[in-house]
Amino acid sequence: MQRLESRLGFLSGLPILILLLLAFIMPLFVVAGFAIMPQKVFELTHLPDFSSFAVIWEQGYYRSLLRSLGLAFLTTVILFIVCWPLAYGMAKVFGRFTIVITLAVVLILFVSENIRLFGWSLSLMKGGLIEGYLRSWTGLSFETPLYDWPVIVFGMAYVYFPFMLFPLAQGISLVPDDARLAASDLGASPARILFEIEMPLAAPGIMVGSLLTFVLSAGAVAEAKLLGGRSVVVLTDDVESAFTFAQNWPLGSALSLMLIGIVALLVLVPVSRVNLDAIMGRKR
Amino acid sequence: MRSVSNTTRIALYLYGLLILLVLYLPLVSVGFASVSKARYLSFPVNRYTSEWMVQAVTSPNVHALVLTSLKIAVLVTLLSMLLGFFGALAFARFQWKYRPLFQKLILLPIFFPQTVLGLALLIWFSALGVQPSWKTAVIAHLVWIAPITTLIIAIRAYGFDPALEEAARDMGASTLTILREVTLPLLMPGVISAGLFAFLLSWGNFPLSLFTSGLDSTLPKWLYARMVSGYTPQIPALGVLSVAGSAALMLIGIGLVRWMRRRA
Repeated sequence: MQRLESRLGFLSGLPILILLLLAFIMPLFVVAGFAIMPQKVFELTHLPDFSSFAVIWEQGYYRSLLRSLGLAFLTTVILFIVCWPLAYGMAKVFGRFTIVITLAVVLILFVSENIRLFGWSLSLMKGGLIEGYLRSWTGLSFETPLYDWPVIVFGMAYVYFPFMLFPLAQGISLVPDDARLAASDLGASPARILFEIEMPLAAPGIMVGSLLTFVLSAGAVAEAKLLGGRSVVVLTDDVESAFTFAQNWPLGSALSLMLIGIVALLVLVPVSRVNLDAIMGRKR
Repeated sequence: MRSVSNTTRIALYLYGLLILLVLYLPLVSVGFASVSKARYLSFPVNRYTSEWMVQAVTSPNVHALVLTSLKIAVLVTLLSMLLGFFGALAFARFQWKYRPLFQKLILLPIFFPQTVLGLALLIWFSALGVQPSWKTAVIAHLVWIAPITTLIIAIRAYGFDPALEEAARDMGASTLTILREVTLPLLMPGVISAGLFAFLLSWGNFPLSLFTSGLDSTLPKWLYARMVSGYTPQIPALGVLSVAGSAALMLIGIGLVRWMRRRA
């Protein structure tokens, strides 16, 4: 029986394992391989050198990496602050309204992100939905916030909002009401309850939500293009142009590899610790 | 006992409504733009037309785009339902030695930046000498979507009682019979909703298609190319139609799941 189960387990996992091996693991190795090839070659047969990393350093490509990470960090912090009250409401206050919010937020995920971002550029442009109606109703006007870095952060916060909201709501639902009431009876201020009771107890949710939004926004490309115009160059822009216009695969690979390394460091540590059976509700 | 004051409660409800408004505002803009008569869009919109919609529906170019997107989405749906069904059994049902490792490997592609995944696949296909086309886009979509369907079906698989399968085995059913007669029917609602997710995610996907579909353009990829190169009223019209298509499918899917539940 035991042996049969272990054979069946392996067999049923096999198809997706093969897929991931061939189309996820191997490509990553190829990227790593190209990252240490000389500039502008298209085969992996050359002698490895580390010229790509020298180019990244000398020609300042590391700046777009830092910029991407900075924007991603800012997005994460803003999303945490914006999502916390709503997640709190969903976990503790709303009741049936939680279902409405959950459905509405999931449904918007099915609309292609570039259509939604395009909608924002129509809303925010001069003579767009917001400025246009404001002007015709009140005569007031404002300069468009498009084509600058804050609007990129806004766009990323908008697109990755669900990835912070749901883990956070899950985390907050782990905070027992008794713990908060006890602290409040003992005279703790709301701020103290927030920082010393709720946030530590909701830490798993905070952790997952922050990692997800950080990783996804560090690798984002459409926000900077559609809302930022060409005013801000993020890492993925550099990677894309290295692969397309510049035809320099080793440089593009080395840039991707740096991002992949950071993602791997951030994701592997927490993922290796969690017990998925416990989270997803195993019965036995 | 209520743990928050009434003022806080009302403030939280208002905040929730405000967020929903912000979430859907861009779609309102796209909707207005798709029926605005002006060639160069400017709000407030005061003259309306269905010209752009009609143009979008009748354009042969659009038909080709829809066909490519459909081809990819249908294949991805079927394959990821199949991979996800077996993957979920390995993920949640069977006890085997490398299960914890397997579970973590499944999670990785979901958390991986899709742009980078798309580029990595592009290099990989070039290194193998495979010309990127809609077929390679199917593979790229699968890497991201099959793990998601696996998770969705796994949630269902965690919920069912293995004793049902053991009873069937004790009565002499073969592994294949059990799979067909017991496991599959029990997991079916999960498989259907996973299929729905797979189709919608593939239909709307942009970062993976951008790099891996070669000269075959999907609807989101084509829209993106037009958005970057300048505004034409065709963009919002097609955007609205694409969203309407997803919405219709979603309603059908939800109806199907409810109908199955009533029968069960």
